[in-house]
Amino acid sequence: MMASSYNAKEEDGHNSGASNNGGAGVVKSKKPDNTAFKQQRLPAWQPILTAGTVLPAFFVIGLIFIPIGIGLFVSSNNIKEFEIDYTGVDINNPCYNCAKNFSWNSTTPCVCSVPFTLEQPFESNVFMYYGLSNFYQNHRRYVKSRDDSQLNGDQSALKNPSKECEPYRTSEGQPIAPCGAIANSLFNDTLELYHIDSNGTRNTIPLVKKGIAWWTDKHVKFRNPGGNNNLTVAFQGTSKPVNWRKPVYELDPSDPENNGFINEDFIVWMRTAALPTFRKLYRIIQKKSSTTPTLPSGKYLLEITYNYPVLSFDGRKRMILSTISWMGGKNPFLGIAYITVGSICFFLGVVLLIIHHKYDTRNNSPDIPN
Amino acid sequence: MLRRRLNRLLGGDERRVDSRTIYVGHRSSSTTEAFIPPKFCDNRIVSSKYTVWNFLPKNLFEQFRRIANFYFLIIFLVQVIVDTPTSPVTSGLPLFFVITVTAIKQGYEDWLRHKADNEVNKYPVTVLEQGRKIRKESEKIKVGDVVEVEEDETFPCDLILLQSSRDDDTCFVTTASLDGESNHKTHYTVPDTEKDLESLNATIECEQPQPDLYKFVGRMHIYKNEQEPAVRSLGPENLLLKGATLKNTQKICGVAVYTGMETKMALNYQGKSQKRSAVEKSINAFLLVYLCILVSKALVCTTLKYVWQSKPGQDEPWYNEKTQREKDTNLYLKMFTDFLSFMVLFNFIIPVSMYVTVEMQKFLGSFFITWDKDFFDPEIKEGALVNTSDLNEELGQVEYVFTDKTGTLTQNNMEFIECCIDGFQYKYRDANSELDGFCVTDGPVNKVQEKAGREREELFLRALCLCHTVQVKESTKQSQGDGLIDQVDGFGVDGEVPRPPQEQRGFIASSPDEVALVKGAMRYGFTFLGLESKTMKILTRNNDVEMYELLHVLNFDPVRRRMSVIVRSKSGDTLLFCKGADSSIFPRVRQEEVERIRMNVERNATEGYRTLCVAYKYLSAEEYAQADAGLREARLALQDREEQLITIYNQVETGMSLIGATAVEDRLQEEAAETMEALQGAGIKVWVLTGDKMETAKSTCYACRLFQRNTELLELTVRTLDDGGRRREERLHELLLEYHKKAVQDAPPVKAGVTRTWSSATQDYGFIIDGATLSMVLNSSSESNSSRYKNLFLQICQNCASVLCCRMAPLQKAQIVKMVKNSKGSPITLSIGDGANDVSMILEAHVGIGIKGKEGRQAVRNSDYAIPKLKHLKKLLLAHGHLYYVRIAHLVQYFFYKNLCFILPQFLYQFFCGYSQQPLYDAAYLTMYNICFTSMPILAYSLLEQHICMEVLLDNSTLYREIAKNAMLRWGPFLYWTLLGVFHGLLFFFGVRYLFSNPALQDNGQVFGNWSYGTIVFTVLVFTVTLKLALDTRHWTWINHFVIWGSLAFYMFFSFFWGGIIWPFLKQQRLYFVFANMLSSVSAWLVIILLILLSLLPEILLVVFRKPRGPHARQLSEGGLLQTSRLQRSHHYPTST
Repeated sequence: MMASSYNAKEEDGHNSGASNNGGAGVVKSKKPDNTAFKQQRLPAWQPILTAGTVLPAFFVIGLIFIPIGIGLFVSSNNIKEFEIDYTGVDINNPCYNCAKNFSWNSTTPCVCSVPFTLEQPFESNVFMYYGLSNFYQNHRRYVKSRDDSQLNGDQSALKNPSKECEPYRTSEGQPIAPCGAIANSLFNDTLELYHIDSNGTRNTIPLVKKGIAWWTDKHVKFRNPGGNNNLTVAFQGTSKPVNWRKPVYELDPSDPENNGFINEDFIVWMRTAALPTFRKLYRIIQKKSSTTPTLPSGKYLLEITYNYPVLSFDGRKRMILSTISWMGGKNPFLGIAYITVGSICFFLGVVLLIIHHKYDTRNNSPDIPN
Repeated sequence: MLRRRLNRLLGGDERRVDSRTIYVGHRSSSTTEAFIPPKFCDNRIVSSKYTVWNFLPKNLFEQFRRIANFYFLIIFLVQVIVDTPTSPVTSGLPLFFVITVTAIKQGYEDWLRHKADNEVNKYPVTVLEQGRKIRKESEKIKVGDVVEVEEDETFPCDLILLQSSRDDDTCFVTTASLDGESNHKTHYTVPDTEKDLESLNATIECEQPQPDLYKFVGRMHIYKNEQEPAVRSLGPENLLLKGATLKNTQKICGVAVYTGMETKMALNYQGKSQKRSAVEKSINAFLLVYLCILVSKALVCTTLKYVWQSKPGQDEPWYNEKTQREKDTNLYLKMFTDFLSFMVLFNFIIPVSMYVTVEMQKFLGSFFITWDKDFFDPEIKEGALVNTSDLNEELGQVEYVFTDKTGTLTQNNMEFIECCIDGFQYKYRDANSELDGFCVTDGPVNKVQEKAGREREELFLRALCLCHTVQVKESTKQSQGDGLIDQVDGFGVDGEVPRPPQEQRGFIASSPDEVALVKGAMRYGFTFLGLESKTMKILTRNNDVEMYELLHVLNFDPVRRRMSVIVRSKSGDTLLFCKGADSSIFPRVRQEEVERIRMNVERNATEGYRTLCVAYKYLSAEEYAQADAGLREARLALQDREEQLITIYNQVETGMSLIGATAVEDRLQEEAAETMEALQGAGIKVWVLTGDKMETAKSTCYACRLFQRNTELLELTVRTLDDGGRRREERLHELLLEYHKKAVQDAPPVKAGVTRTWSSATQDYGFIIDGATLSMVLNSSSESNSSRYKNLFLQICQNCASVLCCRMAPLQKAQIVKMVKNSKGSPITLSIGDGANDVSMILEAHVGIGIKGKEGRQAVRNSDYAIPKLKHLKKLLLAHGHLYYVRIAHLVQYFFYKNLCFILPQFLYQFFCGYSQQPLYDAAYLTMYNICFTSMPILAYSLLEQHICMEVLLDNSTLYREIAKNAMLRWGPFLYWTLLGVFHGLLFFFGVRYLFSNPALQDNGQVFGNWSYGTIVFTVLVFTVTLKLALDTRHWTWINHFVIWGSLAFYMFFSFFWGGIIWPFLKQQRLYFVFANMLSSVSAWLVIILLILLSLLPEILLVVFRKPRGPHARQLSEGGLLQTSRLQRSHHYPTST
């Protein structure tokens, strides 16, 4: 046994000698590098999530979320919103006749007026939306039925729209501009708002039709072919969408900056909605002075040029008046959600604190004897 | 003439019956006959799979044979053919990426193989043609060419040695590159061939190529001037294998018999069968579940779509008319294409990238094993070797370790300890002056009082000196010094250091036992001087040189377990010396001699020594003549040569008389006991499978602490079977039942699964079985008993702490592994061994580990992982295996999870878009989600994560039990992850859905559309999924930080970029400024933050409620309090989630 241990030592000595003689190069090539990465010893932060570290986080989250939630809830509640359905399903509805007698071929527009009363004044800028229900703007066949290069003013696409536009691609042998189902079904009711004075006179409320579309859409994504002037010439050789009453270059003849493809109503419509019940910005009622409310409480009249049929697919049309806060339109969901989550966190924090406290004492007691 | 014709014809026949005829130097046996060269393949080695031309089609074909790739191809084709919601790019691009990366990797590997092939194929060789030496490229060698090879060159093909520059017609060869045995092997020229190869006219008949490196049978016909052809037998000793290197010999000439792909090396090159890991099986099971989810989702959507459409006005409202083609399509065809479209829409639930990531993880991860400096062994100057990276995680799942004894548990570094002659014990004691002690001329040793007669002593020592196949290292090489000697077998170091010059000799043998014995004899004064042209010279104690003519060597083989030599002494006596295992010697000697020695042998064996018995007999002239004739005849046989030889051997080796026995010590490997203890602590059952004797093996087991003092041993061996005095069958039956009752029925019920009780105070059992009994158990006479015994046996074994199987043949080892592997619960098995006899079990087990030991490299070549020492197994399993398993399990679960919550919102969206297959996310997001946004963090995690640091894993082997039985990939955790995915998916979708009940989200009253909806959901998704991983990461290196935060930053950057430009190649500018507008909305911010937090909340809660394991263990090890770690072990078991 003595000998064997002696031999072992001898062996070691011998080998270390040999390896030294063998030259560093040989050894280096075989021996693994002693780097932190290769030895899986990179310096590392090893976070330990324990009750102790997580507890404060719960309280902090709770303390942050609850105020935010309250803020959201309050501002959502402060938003004034008024909604009126003018589809005309009900026989008492002023638009009943327009809805019933709708025909694509009628030349005279059907006009109906819906009176309503605002109980409370709308103080700041008021945004006027139209809302549609059961309208599947997010149907795949519908969503893809557009040609963005045509809308971007591309000449070749204007004359030869994309295949995706079928069956709204050509009409009577001419390419449709703008092509596709989305453009074809452009919302074309005209809504006008009147304030009825106490003495019964109708005052037209000025509706601003600019600033309702995304700036980038209006200025970059949508462009008229060959500039904004002389649209009639630019769109020569194209046909209007089949369901439209007038060609695209007559959408807003009064303002060349809002005509053709860059008409804001058109751009807003072209941004397809996420859900089958949706609203789209129609007009803005600017606040005139700081003293008077934009829309004082009182009687109003909504005059609709009823062009857009929705009954065939059981849809509904609404007009919505709403003010806007920093968080957008009225939506209590966020506020409630924040308050709920904040409270849950806070509550969990308390529960955890209790459990942690108990667990700790239980855990510590057997450790003491050790 | 006629006869030769007949021969030729026969030759032709014989070729069909598994032999081939070779014309040496392409000279036909007769000049008059027209010589038709037989067709053989050329000497090109082709290990490459592809050529430049067939790479693309062949590689693509191979890749698409994988079921996953094929699935994605089908999806892609559906997208191309059918009008589907997402463009073919979304699935085509990832698929293309995957295929390209794989093709590049395989192409590169093949290029390397081409290079290696070329190196071999273009190597210049010298061929003798018509008396001239011609330099040729190696690939041009044809069968029958006479090739000249010089010293230190490798043989270009399999050659029959015709001529050697050495006087004794031998040459030395090392087969290090073939089987790793670095010792020099002697090969012989064909006897009586003419010196002038020019005029040699001969044919060789030999068997068709076969892969066994150690088998070759052939026959050489030498034609001399119309005489009857002389016939010489050819065996493996005449065959020089391609790949072996010529040593110690200036040059040789040989005739090529097998070339190119028919060489034994090439035949052995065949790839191993692919082993699949348990994780892969889990992946496939999960995949099936997800496929079902996918199909059912598509079915639900298709059904609902048609239900929805049946309402008037829904299918085709005026604003959304169908195209003419759609109207014309057959309803059922439309339903089918709708179904396919939904499949395509939801197909992202089965991620292409998972396969890439898993493969990358395995490939890159395996480098950590090769890089580990703890696996570096300064002695052999090598580290660990990874032959396959497919099984990394399997290392963390091992339940059974099958280990070889010799060379694995022990060092295979033999030392002669003692011998016994005629029952008298001779112990070599190294007195203080270690050398002089035994050089004393009177009496062998100054030891034990009683001694055998001097004659017997000398006979015994002569037997030791003669009965072996050891070669003496050429003294001419002395100049090259000790370094070379070391290399050969390491005996130079363990031999005694200062020696008289004539004793400073090296011995080379394939078995270290033989060297130990020869050296042992040398200590007692009998020195083996070498073998020269069939004459063995030994130097006796009296400094006389005795010469013996070596007549025959009856080689060692593991079945006979003995070897013999027949020599003729100067005086003309013919002697047979035989040495071998006691069990194979005792029945062949006179029984009265046995008892005296058996005692000694058994005592030695219990002490853990390897024992051999030595016997001899005088052969009378007739006996010898008979044996000689028999041996020669058997050696010439073309068929069944092995069997015939063995029969003759057995005939000759009878009626011997026993002289004595030797004991050789094989020391334990370093840290063998610690390693075994750690493995047992980890809940791994260790079985020792050895060819060695029971006593030796048992003592090794005790030494390794596999058996403890209080372990009750259940023995099922030939000895216990013979005890009762009844028939073995009956006794076996009885014992099996008895042990079964003890170990299985009476044992307290062991809880299955993860929470196996930590080795409790109950009685530990050890089980011992030997080869003979095992074969009785496995091949019991009656069919019904056989399976019953097998079951009983298995149950007993599985309830024992450790099992020792001794006297195992290599095939039996594999049988045992297979039996356990296929037993109930199909446990993961690991075999570890170092020798050729372990190859079968290494190949059989789930994971095969080779030790870079002394018994050649065969085990290493066939293994999945190779480590230099047994002690490295501990780190390989407990640290690397554990970590790999945790990493890959998490990787797999996470992948399924992240794709479920990716696709679920898309599925839910169908309910809001009229089941029109409208995708929620933009195509770019669909494509990039798995490739760019979420792939890197998980890859980094799966390479770097150390949820518990390595030291702790090594210190607390019980931690290994936590992941046993595939704990992280069972249905429980899978369900948890799936539910988490569903929860997140629902939360994302409905959170945003309620936000969008009023889509006027900007402070200027403008509204958001469907793409904003999708982008908000997607943003929440990317952040949540990444942060979820961040929560799971316990080991944050800078790489993790970089990749996690980098991925999120990249997502933001990409979204801006993607939405910031009107892309001319896109048909629709869907995302134009959508992301920027989203960020300008406070509500969007708030909802994103809310949803991310809300989704992670349960996760955080769970982390808190779960007992902190990792940190706990870490603190404990820092404290170094083993006591507390045991006390609190109960906390370590996770309530499996």
